[in-house]
Amino acid sequence: MTEKPPKKEKIPRQPMPEQDPQIRKRNFEEVPLGYTKELAVKEAERCLHCKNPSCMEGCPVSVDIPGFIKSIKEGDFAKAVRKIWERNALPAVCGRVCPQEIQCEGKCILGKKGDPVAIGNLEKFVADMEREHGNGELPPKNAPTGKKIAVVGSGPSGLTVAGDLILKGHEVTIFEAFHKPGGVLVYGIPEFRLPKDIVYSEVSTLEKLGVKVECNTVVGRTVSLDELFEQGYDAIYVGVGAGLPRFLNIPGENLIGIYSANEYLTRANLMKAYLFPEYDTPLARGKDVVVFGAGNVTMDSARTAMRLGADRVRIVYRRSRDEMPARSAEIHHAEEEGIEFSLLTAPIRFLGDENARLTGVECLQMKLGEPDESGRRRPIPIEGSEFKLECDLAVIAIGAGANPLLTKSTEDLEINKWGYIVADPETGKTMKKGVWAGGDIVTGQATVILAMGAGRKASDSIHQYLTWGW
Amino acid sequence: MFEILERQDMADGTVVLNEISAPLIAKKAKPGQFVILKANETGERIPLTMADTDQNKGTITIIYQIVGKSTALFKSLQVGERFQDVIGPLGEPTHIEKLGTVVCVGGGTGVAVLHPITRGMKEIGNNVIAIIGARNKDLIILEDKMKAASNELHVCTDDGSYGHHGFVTDVLKDVLDEEDVKLVVAIGPVPMMKFVCSVTEKYKVKTLVSLNPIMVDGTGMCGCCRVSVGGKTRFACIDGPEFDGHEVDFDELMQRLQAYKEQESVAYKKFLHK
Repeated sequence: MTEKPPKKEKIPRQPMPEQDPQIRKRNFEEVPLGYTKELAVKEAERCLHCKNPSCMEGCPVSVDIPGFIKSIKEGDFAKAVRKIWERNALPAVCGRVCPQEIQCEGKCILGKKGDPVAIGNLEKFVADMEREHGNGELPPKNAPTGKKIAVVGSGPSGLTVAGDLILKGHEVTIFEAFHKPGGVLVYGIPEFRLPKDIVYSEVSTLEKLGVKVECNTVVGRTVSLDELFEQGYDAIYVGVGAGLPRFLNIPGENLIGIYSANEYLTRANLMKAYLFPEYDTPLARGKDVVVFGAGNVTMDSARTAMRLGADRVRIVYRRSRDEMPARSAEIHHAEEEGIEFSLLTAPIRFLGDENARLTGVECLQMKLGEPDESGRRRPIPIEGSEFKLECDLAVIAIGAGANPLLTKSTEDLEINKWGYIVADPETGKTMKKGVWAGGDIVTGQATVILAMGAGRKASDSIHQYLTWGW
Repeated sequence: MFEILERQDMADGTVVLNEISAPLIAKKAKPGQFVILKANETGERIPLTMADTDQNKGTITIIYQIVGKSTALFKSLQVGERFQDVIGPLGEPTHIEKLGTVVCVGGGTGVAVLHPITRGMKEIGNNVIAIIGARNKDLIILEDKMKAASNELHVCTDDGSYGHHGFVTDVLKDVLDEEDVKLVVAIGPVPMMKFVCSVTEKYKVKTLVSLNPIMVDGTGMCGCCRVSVGGKTRFACIDGPEFDGHEVDFDELMQRLQAYKEQESVAYKKFLHK
């Protein structure tokens, strides 16, 4: 009788070391501490290297996931990050903010019976290793083509386009309306989830490759798209994001202490109001905070309020837990930090004192009815269920719409009834010659990686246009 | 970029003029539009409506009153130094058209913003009557320029130390009684604009005001500058800064301007004691 080879011991998914919730809920430092080399290699060893890796199908920019994981397994972290760079210029960002559970990790074969490979954690690990210990060697660049491209907006899709096209030998200039580049990565996503130094380091890599970054330029006001063409740009990519806050449109919304999530987070993140008065921008520090919504931005706002010293932070959402669109990891982190959830609750009016400062919000209890057009069960008010939630600060994080500033100033750029730019989903081509668009200004508010995916498709199409003329 | 080429103390040093190199903005800016300025890395973004632009020199001019830390910091910048960031032109320009008789009413540093609009109104062929006011003689700014930009200028001081003793609204009433006024443009402190509007409402004369709510980005992204106009929420940064004064909820605007009173005083005190 031949002896069976000993069954390979199953390695469990290596948990990400994190700051203790009780400590981190009062600081702005990053929550995950990052894998050590040992943890990373051990996690990488779990990958089965499937012949037809479904993880890659789940990735909007088709990173060679088994390829980079193999390099980690071999201890060659520099090679691993370069493998990712072939498809994704921003691994340190994506490793942190991608919804891996519905993308690469959601498709991982190991996930069928247990936990999927921690692809996001591994991506973050190699990007951080490169930033902190790498030799700074840049990816190779094609010979100059003499073509000039203007990228409008320096968020995830704009940075992707810039990174792709500079490597193909084109001249690229990014125009950013704010005084710092990074778009939503800088004004929206908080420091504790995505340290701003990481974003600046990614931008600085692009600058080293030759990308020019012009901040303080509001395209549509400072300069128009047609003027950019007159200045000699051969193609323009518009990735200005979904920068128009949605409000609840209920009475009392202009009381002092009520913020859109865009304002609240921009003050905290871009303007560093959490360091007031060292930094000059102020931000109300609520003791009793309510945040409306249930997406990632809602979680970011609630966790920021907690870090700014709130005694109590409640997320108010009109549907139930199952309908919450936020990543499960974000909801989990929020709960660990003591954020409470008032579900099936809808605000009907804000209440204030004689100085117009917020004191509370009147709400209604809801129940769930039949699914609506979004496929989620529709919330229905329960009659007579009015009640008051006391609060001294409220953040409205129910999504963003299309900012009309650029589209209004560009007559021949076709927009749909919601104000989003009409663009070919496969190429990003708009109805205006020489202009491409992608990211939230085309799709409406979505994720960083989807915006990057749109940027990738557009940059392929722009390159083709600049090379062949179509 | 954004170097200060000229600097002038006005109104007893409580008001400062800066002419700043900003060729791209100068090329595009029109009367009524504003810029956002940030002095340094830790500074806040402050919106100021431009007092003038010079396309040939590539400069913009701002005139501001020292009211807190950020404006005090601006004041400390000398010729040759620069603002770290200047963004613009932002907001919708004033709609300048030939109407007949137009009255331009300005209070405090609002006169600085009113000046290019007054000039534009006259250049297009209107009969422009200007009324400017301040608490006392020393705080009156741009008197000569306003005289040149208008067909008729009235100056008022609250304490009677110069010109008409009383408020701009007193003179405005007289003008409205005597002239067939087609439009009033009122720019100044919120209470002044509110009172001007309550006067002109009785005379049924359309009145434009330029609002100065607290802002962050100035591009319609955050909603901080929301104001109630005709019962609807509008963003001063992209829908304004000018609105029909008879529709504006001035009381709400005044309250919202107080949002950071406490923090502003903490920051200012800290700055003064440095």
